[in-house]
Amino acid sequence: MTTYSDPPSESFQLSMLVNDTRYRSITFQVVALILLAAAIGFLGWNLMRNLALLGQDISFEFLGEPSGYDINQRPIPYDSQSSHLRATFVGVLNTLIVAFLGCITATILGVVAGVLRLSNNWIIRKLMMVYVEAFRNVPVLIWILIIFFVMTAALPPPSAFRGDDPDSSMLFGAFAFTNRGIYIPRPIWEPGSAIVVGVFIASVIGVFAYRRYTTRLLYDTGKLLPRGWPSLLILFVPTLLVFFILGQPISLDLPALRGFNFQGGTQIRGSLIALWFALAIYTGAFIAENVRAGIQAVSHGQTEAAASLGLRPGRIMNLVVLPQALRIVIPPVISQYLNLTKNSSLAIAVGYMDLTGTLGGITLNQTGRAIESVLLLMLFYLTISLSISAVMNVYNARMQLKER
Amino acid sequence: MKKSVFLGALTVAGLAAGAAAAATLDDVKARGTLNCGVSTGLAGFSAPNANGEWEGFDVAVCRAVATAVLGDPNAVEFVPTTGKTRFTALASGEIDMLARNTTWTLSRDADLKFTFIGVNYYDGQGFITPKALGVSSAKELDGATVCIQTGTTTELNLADFFRVNNISYEPVPIETNAEAQQQYLAGACDVYTTDASGLAATRATFETPTDHVILPEIISKEPLGPLVRHGDSEWGDVVRWSLNAMIAAEELGVTSANVEEMSSSTTDNPEINRLLGTEGNLGEMLGLEADWAKNIIMQVGNYGEVFEANIGESTPIGLARGLNAQWTDGGLLYAPPFR
Amino acid sequence: MSDTHAQSVGYVQRSQIPPSPPPATEAGAVRWVRENLFSSTANAIMTLLGLLAIYHLAVWALPWILNGVWNADSLSECREILDGARGACFAVIAERWNQLLFGFKYPSTEYWRPTLAFVLLLVSASPVLFSKLPRQLLVLTALYPFVGFWLIWGGSIWVPVFALLGIVAGYYAFKQLERQSFAMGLIGAVVAAALFWWVTGFVIPDLSRIIPISLPEVPSRDMGGFMLNLILGTVCISLSLPIGIVLALGRRSQMPLIKWICVIFIEFIRGVPLITLLFVANVVLAYFLPPGSNFDLILRVIIMITMFASAYIAEVIRGGLAALPKGQYEAADSLGLDYPQAMRLIILPQALKISIPGIVNVAVGLFKDTTLVSVISMFDMVGMIRGPILASTDWNGVYWELFIFAALLFFIVCYNISQYSQWLERQLDTGHKR
Repeated sequence: MTTYSDPPSESFQLSMLVNDTRYRSITFQVVALILLAAAIGFLGWNLMRNLALLGQDISFEFLGEPSGYDINQRPIPYDSQSSHLRATFVGVLNTLIVAFLGCITATILGVVAGVLRLSNNWIIRKLMMVYVEAFRNVPVLIWILIIFFVMTAALPPPSAFRGDDPDSSMLFGAFAFTNRGIYIPRPIWEPGSAIVVGVFIASVIGVFAYRRYTTRLLYDTGKLLPRGWPSLLILFVPTLLVFFILGQPISLDLPALRGFNFQGGTQIRGSLIALWFALAIYTGAFIAENVRAGIQAVSHGQTEAAASLGLRPGRIMNLVVLPQALRIVIPPVISQYLNLTKNSSLAIAVGYMDLTGTLGGITLNQTGRAIESVLLLMLFYLTISLSISAVMNVYNARMQLKER
Repeated sequence: MKKSVFLGALTVAGLAAGAAAAATLDDVKARGTLNCGVSTGLAGFSAPNANGEWEGFDVAVCRAVATAVLGDPNAVEFVPTTGKTRFTALASGEIDMLARNTTWTLSRDADLKFTFIGVNYYDGQGFITPKALGVSSAKELDGATVCIQTGTTTELNLADFFRVNNISYEPVPIETNAEAQQQYLAGACDVYTTDASGLAATRATFETPTDHVILPEIISKEPLGPLVRHGDSEWGDVVRWSLNAMIAAEELGVTSANVEEMSSSTTDNPEINRLLGTEGNLGEMLGLEADWAKNIIMQVGNYGEVFEANIGESTPIGLARGLNAQWTDGGLLYAPPFR
Repeated sequence: MSDTHAQSVGYVQRSQIPPSPPPATEAGAVRWVRENLFSSTANAIMTLLGLLAIYHLAVWALPWILNGVWNADSLSECREILDGARGACFAVIAERWNQLLFGFKYPSTEYWRPTLAFVLLLVSASPVLFSKLPRQLLVLTALYPFVGFWLIWGGSIWVPVFALLGIVAGYYAFKQLERQSFAMGLIGAVVAAALFWWVTGFVIPDLSRIIPISLPEVPSRDMGGFMLNLILGTVCISLSLPIGIVLALGRRSQMPLIKWICVIFIEFIRGVPLITLLFVANVVLAYFLPPGSNFDLILRVIIMITMFASAYIAEVIRGGLAALPKGQYEAADSLGLDYPQAMRLIILPQALKISIPGIVNVAVGLFKDTTLVSVISMFDMVGMIRGPILASTDWNGVYWELFIFAALLFFIVCYNISQYSQWLERQLDTGHKR
């Protein structure tokens, strides 16, 4: 910036503010500050005048008033007498739910499609290319709408399950696929169920411990123990034993058609499914491209070196290529997660009550508090984005340490 | 230096603001067009036709005001608004008036600072359901899935109705009327609820309208009317009396067919004379031409004509006059005297 | 080849045996199929699954497309013609194609104008996109904004002509003052252009009366359909390029204040979804403008989308700047170039060149995102479908045909742009990959 090693010998002149590198940066910053202050002042002054002219004010008191509307998907207790603030929280949770589900599904789809795009099977390769290109090049809003219409048109309404000779029937008597959503059994936790869950968690830990043990044994002694079936054994046998010994403390609440709708079980609503799938398939196409680029970026010499060590193709992929590709793939994939979360704000197109639907939708409409609502809306998304960016930066820093 | 620039910016802003705050009526006259907010598409009330011209019952109110002020029913710039954007558009001055089947409520009047200048359609919220469900009353809808269009008072009425009757329901919010219909027809919801006028219009477009019944309950009062900003009463008067002129004309038997003849000479009825500007100076009081009301009736029509042309029984919407008949016919339409 | 030799070894082949064809399983189509489809059991299963999927898709979609009705006035007429059979009702596209492409208010006699503007856009964009074309063609690119504006919005020809002349005037002022300093040149250019426009503002009405060359004026509220998507996409991307460059330079600046302004702006914009920015354009921005001032909705949306795009482009260009070897910066310094010179002559040309693929990707993403304006009651392609067309009593109930048509149009545009981007990446890629 400025260096004072050579103090000005001649007297100060005004032109030095622009021409002298010692002062120029200060001049520029002062000018920028003035412009910024003027801009903010201008906007603030306008806001004040406009509000005065319309007789309105800025206040967040509306958040405490009863909302007056109902929300279908409620992760926390809520009814129409709850406050707008509570409706906002319901919206936040719904956003997080769809973002979480979407990210997981998109990752699975993306990794599978990305690997298959490099498959040596021509048809699969081309099919995956069609999938990736079709979804990458069409706006996500159109996909959300199309998938929503597919859902409604292709699945039967609950009334099709009615009568003695229904058009549709439930899968295994436990799953119902309707155009209002998918109804699945819900577990009922009775006393003793905690023990079963505890045993199951212990088994999962056991599986990991066993796998570590076999790995160490392999490295130390070269002895290769089987891994597949013992893992399954550890995972299921103790849990099932405890389950039956305790007298089946976990039972299932099966959905059944009563009245207008299926009652009981858990309903995954059509709007959630449409949004979830649309976002997952759309983002999955982008992740597939990232995965493919990551795999291709791993130097060919690595594959050849692994092959010359006598590794089989599957092992080359798992032990040599993927670990290296992962480091390249993960940063862009995280920014895809970010995009997915931001795109979930399109929920209003299908009537999924996320934050944009509650706070930015009905609350804004009913209270007319546009500035406050939009401000809160932006703050929420900003918080999410910044925290994901922070995680990504930490990850990048850690990854960079491992580089040569 | 910083401070003076800042103050300078504020002064400029203040001057601009002072210069811009003129009366809406003068603005409209100077501009030569009326900016009128309408809905993005509701058959019968406001929707662009295949040629891109706006048509409908709400659109006619806009055209009436444009005719009164500018003498030309086509001097209207229609601004499509959604439930979310309509109030900001009006508050910010983007539109001069809003005619978008908006329900007159106290909070919109007092809290949002708008003036409802009257009611052009008395509506109420109802339910439509497939006949096959065998429902005859809205109170039998316990556990039903209900499609609603978001951004309206409909959601609040619905919540209140089900709460009062202590029955449960599952709301499915949908953004546009067309999509709500698709959901309803596909069976994704058991009931579709919106204003009764909208239900009739919707049912008319179904493949087999007779398979669907409109339930007898009307669960809310929905007086729909045009509105303007608070703080410009002169403009509010112009819009109010443009609507009243259409209503009064029907009551007095003035139609677009006979208005020319009635205004060519003074008639026996002094109120008709005052309305048509052949007697008195009502137009001048409003800041308009003397023949303002005559122009409205000639170029747009009286209330009854507009109703019949857009949503009446001869149209696909097929609404009966019902509450929207003249008070002399047992309805609620009652224009204050033109005096 | 002596005789003795011939007698002693009689079985020597005297002429070359013609090469025999490879076995049937190792040649031609069969070999290709074996290698590409059935190289292993797993592969064969995947092939069969893939074929099954294609078959199901075809059985489901083909009759629907082939049965399509192209001539009908309404959905009910379509249903009558189909008479219960499964089939598409493409008649809606046949009847409403003009609304889908141009919106419902653009005068139909003027459709040639946006069409011509679109063709000219392709022509004038090509010298930027393909560096092999003669550089003189860049003149076309420079002229295009004015021609395009005049074609689409219409009005008197003198408005864009004087706008262009104003910029020329600004350029000459810049050239004159540039010797003193870059900043002076910039200020001089802005002042000269503004002065020129202010003065000619008085001349234009008279001139338009004396030499009336004009097209019928179309207000921006009347723009709609796919045309609106294209306009928003092109305008916002072109506007956001210079802003993005400034932001990227600002973010790498040594001056802390300027750096932090840029960082906060970029991170804020990138952190929120576009739809909230559109809400701002639609419901909030009016509060921050002087009372009574009245911006067009389309202008407000262009402002917000441009801010959105410039933040993303700034990040791409920042990547390009960071990717340049440090030696380039040092070389510029050692030549005694000052900051604007170094940037203009050395750094930016190289940095921009390597950022082009990234910029193109941002452009494709942004173009797709322009469909979001349908949420705030603008009638772009998706807005036309969800608004006027589906709300009309004739076509209420047609979904597939319309959305597939929209998806197809977007696909054609975006696919070609992204293919271009990949081609460019290959051109720029001078490394040796296998």
